[in-house]
Amino acid sequence: MVGIVDYGMGNLLSVYNAVETAGGNAKICSTPQELARVSRIVLPGVGAFRDCIKNLTDKGFVDALDEAVFHEGKPIFGICLGMQVMAHRSFEGGEYQGLGWFEADVVRLKPDDPSLRVPQIGWNNVGYRPDSFLFAGHPENPDFYFVHSYYMKCDQKDDIHATCDYGGAVTAAVGKNNIVATQFHPEKSQDYGVQVLQNFLKWRP
Amino acid sequence: MIKRRLIPKLQIRTLNVSGSLRPVLVTTNQFGKHIEIGDPVSQARIYEAQAADELIILDLDATENNRGTLVSVIRKAAEVIFMPFTVGGGVRTVEDFVILLSNGADKVSINTAAVERPDLINEASAALGSQCVVLSIDYRRDEKNRYYVWIKGGKTPTDIEPVSWAAEGERRGAGEILLTSIDRDGMRSGLDLELTRRVVDSVSIPVITSGGCGLASHFVEGYLLGGADAVSAGTYFCFKDENTMQVRSHIKNAGIPIRLHR
Repeated sequence: MVGIVDYGMGNLLSVYNAVETAGGNAKICSTPQELARVSRIVLPGVGAFRDCIKNLTDKGFVDALDEAVFHEGKPIFGICLGMQVMAHRSFEGGEYQGLGWFEADVVRLKPDDPSLRVPQIGWNNVGYRPDSFLFAGHPENPDFYFVHSYYMKCDQKDDIHATCDYGGAVTAAVGKNNIVATQFHPEKSQDYGVQVLQNFLKWRP
Repeated sequence: MIKRRLIPKLQIRTLNVSGSLRPVLVTTNQFGKHIEIGDPVSQARIYEAQAADELIILDLDATENNRGTLVSVIRKAAEVIFMPFTVGGGVRTVEDFVILLSNGADKVSINTAAVERPDLINEASAALGSQCVVLSIDYRRDEKNRYYVWIKGGKTPTDIEPVSWAAEGERRGAGEILLTSIDRDGMRSGLDLELTRRVVDSVSIPVITSGGCGLASHFVEGYLLGGADAVSAGTYFCFKDENTMQVRSHIKNAGIPIRLHR
């Protein structure tokens, strides 16, 4: 069973439908206790970083995620803001501490090409590391759907699975141990996105 | 490289079909005469198969007390469509945003309510993030070549000028602008490139332009001359044998980055 963390932010219905389409048995988890009963976790998210970490904390998910990910070793997939919140800190609208799972800062997109707009909205192709399980079975440079104004700037280059070009390299996917995350929305990226979710469901970290 | 986007627009009305009220896909001419096309979810599935980049779904009959049609359509669409969609029609409050987002919408467009109470843009973007707030601007050009925003489905004029309204929308937190030329809606005579360019040059958020596509070359003009990040069309894809795949290859051949595969 794949638990989708419901902390009041995120397009849960789309994520639920995409996980089911990818062959998973999805369950929306609105309380931290429910995470104990799933074998994998998806952490979705849209909105602002500050609200995201606050809601996760207020609803008791921070400790539950820590238990599931670091003690029980359950695979977890963060999407968009659900990826960013895994960083050490974010500079979105101030300075906020994140979950600290990745040595990374979340910083505003500053494309060096003035014709590029912020937020980045739309389909961009990603270049992925050949050994990344997330992109197994994909062609070179597949297109995924992005919508974001901030991105995760990683201190550890080994954590980066994929990047896209938006007036400079932008982190598109990260992973380490039993944690993976994408800045793009697999649940909105048609066949390639469903395939990324399938790869996550098959993953045995 | 980020791709330009091709966005089919589905306008729906609640109509009596064989004795029961059902959502029906329609096209319009200059926001006037409606032509019934068919079932909106079936059409959305076709667009999914043809690798459209996003969809815009607008409920022309939605009001505070009649949101059921739109919610039922987007819930069904969300089960079978794995691309982003923007939903609009009758949205007046942050609660309306939440209802539509929780039923499968990725972005919500606001139009009349934003003109009547611009703080709605600030409130929605603060509560839910700029990325889901699309400021939809319907406008006409008058005989003196002045542009004005019209609201209430193109029925009510305002004295607001669309370029400055788009810039104010960005300042208040909108994440995207959806421009629609009422004069050109359904006319298939080409996009309003001049106003599109002026808006693109005055904001730094993405701009979707719409109203008037009748040829594949009109899309190309929208990107190259209008500078739009995305072009949306409804009528164009509902008649003739035109589809998003053919348009996509025209756009590609014009040297514009566009997604070809799903």
